[in-house]
Amino acid sequence: MDLFEILFTASFWVAAIRIASPLIFATMGELICERAGVLNLGIEGIMVAGAFAGWVTVYAGGDLWTGVVVAALTGAAFGLVHATLTVPFGLSQHVVGIGITLLASSLTYFTYRIVLPEVSSPPRIEPFRNWAVPYLSDIPLIGPALFDQTPLTYLAFVTVAVVAWVLYRTPLGLAVRAAGENPSAVEAQGLSVTGIRMGAVMVGSALMAVGGTFLTMSAFNSFFFEMVNGRGWICIALVVFGSWRPGKALVGALLFAAFDAYQIRLQQVAGGIVPYQVFLMMPYLLSIAALVLVARRASYPKALMIPYQKGER
Amino acid sequence: MRLEPKPHPSTIALILYPLGAVAATRAIASLLVMAAGASPLSVFGLVLKGAAGSQFALLETLTRATPLIFTGLAVAVAFRARLWNIGAEAQLYVGGIVTVVLGTGLLPLPAPILIPVIVLATILAGGLVLLGPAILKTRFGVDEVVTTLLLNFVVLLFVSMLLEGVLKDPMGLGWPQSQMVTADARLPRIVEGRRLHYGFVIALVAAFAIWFVMKKTALGYEMRVVGANTEAARFAGIPVNAVLMKTALISGGLAALGGFSEVAGLKGNLTLDLSSGFGYTGIVVAMLAMLNPLGVVAAAIFVAGIFVGADAMSRAAGVPSYIAEVMVATALLTMVTAIMLSRYKVRWR
Amino acid sequence: MGNDMARRAQTVLRLAGITKRFGALIANDAIDLDLKRGEIVALLGENGAGKTTLMNILFGHYVADEGTIEALGKPLRPGDPHAALAAGIGMVHQHFTLADNLTVLENIALGTQSIWSPRLDRTSARTRISKLSAEFGLAIDPSRPVSELAVGERQRVEILKALYRDARILILDEPTAVLTPGETEALFATLKLLVAQGLSIIFISHKLKEVMAVADRVVVLRGGRLAGERRTAETTRQELAALMVGQEVSLPKAASRTPGPVILELRSVSTAGASGTQIRDVSLQLHGGVITGIAGVSGNGQAALAGLLSGVLSPRSGQLLIGGGAPPGWSPRTALDRGIARIPEDRHAVGSVADMSVTENVIAERYRNGDFSRYGMIDWAAARKFAERLIADYDVKCPSPETRIRLLSGGNMQKLILGRALDPDPVVILANQPTRGLDIGAVAYVHARLIEARDRGAAVLLISEDLDEVLSLSDRIHVIADGALSRSFARGEKSVGELGEMMAGHGLEAA
Repeated sequence: MDLFEILFTASFWVAAIRIASPLIFATMGELICERAGVLNLGIEGIMVAGAFAGWVTVYAGGDLWTGVVVAALTGAAFGLVHATLTVPFGLSQHVVGIGITLLASSLTYFTYRIVLPEVSSPPRIEPFRNWAVPYLSDIPLIGPALFDQTPLTYLAFVTVAVVAWVLYRTPLGLAVRAAGENPSAVEAQGLSVTGIRMGAVMVGSALMAVGGTFLTMSAFNSFFFEMVNGRGWICIALVVFGSWRPGKALVGALLFAAFDAYQIRLQQVAGGIVPYQVFLMMPYLLSIAALVLVARRASYPKALMIPYQKGER
Repeated sequence: MRLEPKPHPSTIALILYPLGAVAATRAIASLLVMAAGASPLSVFGLVLKGAAGSQFALLETLTRATPLIFTGLAVAVAFRARLWNIGAEAQLYVGGIVTVVLGTGLLPLPAPILIPVIVLATILAGGLVLLGPAILKTRFGVDEVVTTLLLNFVVLLFVSMLLEGVLKDPMGLGWPQSQMVTADARLPRIVEGRRLHYGFVIALVAAFAIWFVMKKTALGYEMRVVGANTEAARFAGIPVNAVLMKTALISGGLAALGGFSEVAGLKGNLTLDLSSGFGYTGIVVAMLAMLNPLGVVAAAIFVAGIFVGADAMSRAAGVPSYIAEVMVATALLTMVTAIMLSRYKVRWR
Repeated sequence: MGNDMARRAQTVLRLAGITKRFGALIANDAIDLDLKRGEIVALLGENGAGKTTLMNILFGHYVADEGTIEALGKPLRPGDPHAALAAGIGMVHQHFTLADNLTVLENIALGTQSIWSPRLDRTSARTRISKLSAEFGLAIDPSRPVSELAVGERQRVEILKALYRDARILILDEPTAVLTPGETEALFATLKLLVAQGLSIIFISHKLKEVMAVADRVVVLRGGRLAGERRTAETTRQELAALMVGQEVSLPKAASRTPGPVILELRSVSTAGASGTQIRDVSLQLHGGVITGIAGVSGNGQAALAGLLSGVLSPRSGQLLIGGGAPPGWSPRTALDRGIARIPEDRHAVGSVADMSVTENVIAERYRNGDFSRYGMIDWAAARKFAERLIADYDVKCPSPETRIRLLSGGNMQKLILGRALDPDPVVILANQPTRGLDIGAVAYVHARLIEARDRGAAVLLISEDLDEVLSLSDRIHVIADGALSRSFARGEKSVGELGEMMAGHGLEAA
């Protein structure tokens, strides 16, 4: 297959959207946290925990959507720990974030071992099935990609719209954006910076966990170690790349996923000549390159990573 | 709720709060042990016995502590200058690569010359790995947390590529592993028949050297000022960027030394499981030590004890050994909280 | 009985016995304050007198240890800014509480609509803002991002925020500190309009002239206590000054001396720093034995000028000459090497490292010279001796050189920074806001030391937003406005009014 022809296969676009879906959830989650002024480096571990929580719920006989809700609640719980330590206690967001990642992933592996002490190959669950939108999914090339996916993928796109609406069109979003820029503006208007930031971290963490559970419930159909594999860190890069705007971050996630889907196919074509590891490195190197590209003109939320105390100006 | 700094934190608080953190960690671990259907008391007994119950256990703990001292120092040095190096894992593997490249017969030198050469090359290579993110930070304003994290994955894939390519052991039955380093490139054991090797001694020397640098030298002073208040440092004429570069070289070099020590002292060759997350655990070690280089040694031994003890316990009691990772992560979070609480007064109104 | 009722109705705010301690420091000591409907009360006091603490208690940022607050006849829940807002109290902080990434409208509407509402009602907000700004002469376009606004405009937004919430009581904390004389006039006009509508205003200031101009009544605080209360119609500036300070303090007015040679010169220098107003085409000569003062309203390029001299900023165009030559590779280090002493504007964030000891702080600029280090090793014994000497020479109150500098009072911290800068006998001294936030005693000390250095032959550049300070200390005066510098005047050559005009940017070139 020609390198260029890949772009004209429906399967490429289907794969790109599927790869993008978990990233979209988690990127939106991180974006909400950072817009409120909290860098959440717990993302990687929270995705692991979410992936497991959703999977184990379904494995235990729960409904698929129940699994999603359980994953979200698990994420929110870790978000609560993160937020408590970083917002009212004002601890280093770097250290706490890494700690949450270590805690969430080790707790997940521990629980996995308790639930399944003796398994060699991880059991599979019946995942979300594709919902094909009649007629639209028949559009050549992009039809299957956009209109023949699992409900979680559709939910990912809906999430972007909801996040964008809430941030830019509602009083709540106003408060979140102000909390990440100048928290004293929030407090001067009688709102609680602590409440807003903690809420944002919990909701954001819930979204990260849903992103994680996409992997077990809509992609791999089972849970295994190292399955998140740095996706969380990539999402942090995507937030920067998207200038903290939901729409731009979505574009970033899609571009990234398209590239990833492309390299997988390229691997099949050129695998004999170039070691496959080179292709696998690409997503990470690409993320770094993207950061270098935008970092100079990135408009960070000004209060990002700065703890706030009541009455401080 | 608001926090007010205590002008003079009491000594009692400085001792009591960390003890509270240990107690909290233990309580959480107990819950997990019970969830696994075992009795916390007997399990902690087994952990303690596995970590320090015999000469063998103690030496195993020190062996496990060795790479953690290196990565802990790497993180402590970097964090002190507020360079967020989360990439000690990658730097450690680079140290492993350099060790096998130079130690498998490329340099036909006797041990007294070969080992120092490898050590220097290792430090340099590890330092250069972190220099990249440091330059991206100072030149382009790219957050080093993300770049160092992402580089961990890149370097591990690079190692995988080498182990299936140029560094592949032809006798390895197809496993992704390198050849063994030659006898001249190996660090001798400290106690005959036990695994503890001279890497541990190098680690102690490194800890003391770093303590000395931080405390007594102009460079250490510069690093501390830059970390405590970058803007004040720049205003006072301290060359902030140059200091960060030097910090990166030292920090990356230390982590890479951990890779050298593991290959030359313990494993003998490079594999994809050279490190079981030593780079990340190094962050915990450094934080538990409150970034004090000498404290890093104690914290590394403590953390290593949990890992070694939990391994032994897991075999005996059937509680998953991941309990060690949970305890270490919990210890990190409770300890940073405890340190904060001992220095600040919480006012609820 | 009826009379009593009427009086109570008139009193909109009553603070009784407010006491607040921070550790050993008593910031407010049993303070009583009444505010009547339609009245402007000035809260007068020096920095550190307890004005801001009192207002932070009123607004719920702090909780008083003792005392009660009644607003419009009802007790006010302590420690809750929301309760203060609901009771009709609005506050315009000295440091604006605006989010730069939001528009004017969004900043004003923030927190005024139900937080769970699915949609922000912009239309009604816009209508109301337009109505208020027309009514009170606070012209502003609600759709502009706050990041684009000038300081005076931001203040208007802050006032609109309070009015939008139907504030009946408005507290303004040092509102004129950032305004030009002209903007100050406009603000006072607005305030008069507001009280005519029945609002009540507390005006916090340490500027006697403004207090006399705008207030009906003055409450003076000194050292956390009530020092007195006067009606402006029945008092004089002299009386208020005496109440505020507690004793007669005269600022030193050392006679000018014959100027020495030019030590540092700027020739048509422009800067291109990352933030703030930059300087444009600035020429300046600093003579030895002369204090050159820069008068101007905050944010007009002072930071860039100071950054340039301290080595943090390099000229983008033009020349910086020191001792007649242009130093290569301009940086803080070269500035220090060429004998420039720098007293930074922000002693906490820039001048010191809060969590390090006095010893570690005082060697920050000199740790590499032979006195304090050798072969890359720091001689801590020598450093400690130096710290002890500075503590003694500069009359710093601090337990030991090992004390963390964050535990020092502002005045003592500034004395240390002054000592660190002046000890190596510099040829140029850059003093940027050297006395901001200090008590009278420390101010006098800093001034005396600067004059002493001048008399030793150093060239002193004094940048200050306090016009009185510039006038009393400087031998030559420049005015800075919007990044441009006027020519220099001798002391007394221009009246305060003329300087004020120039600070507003009028006639800078012509002058």
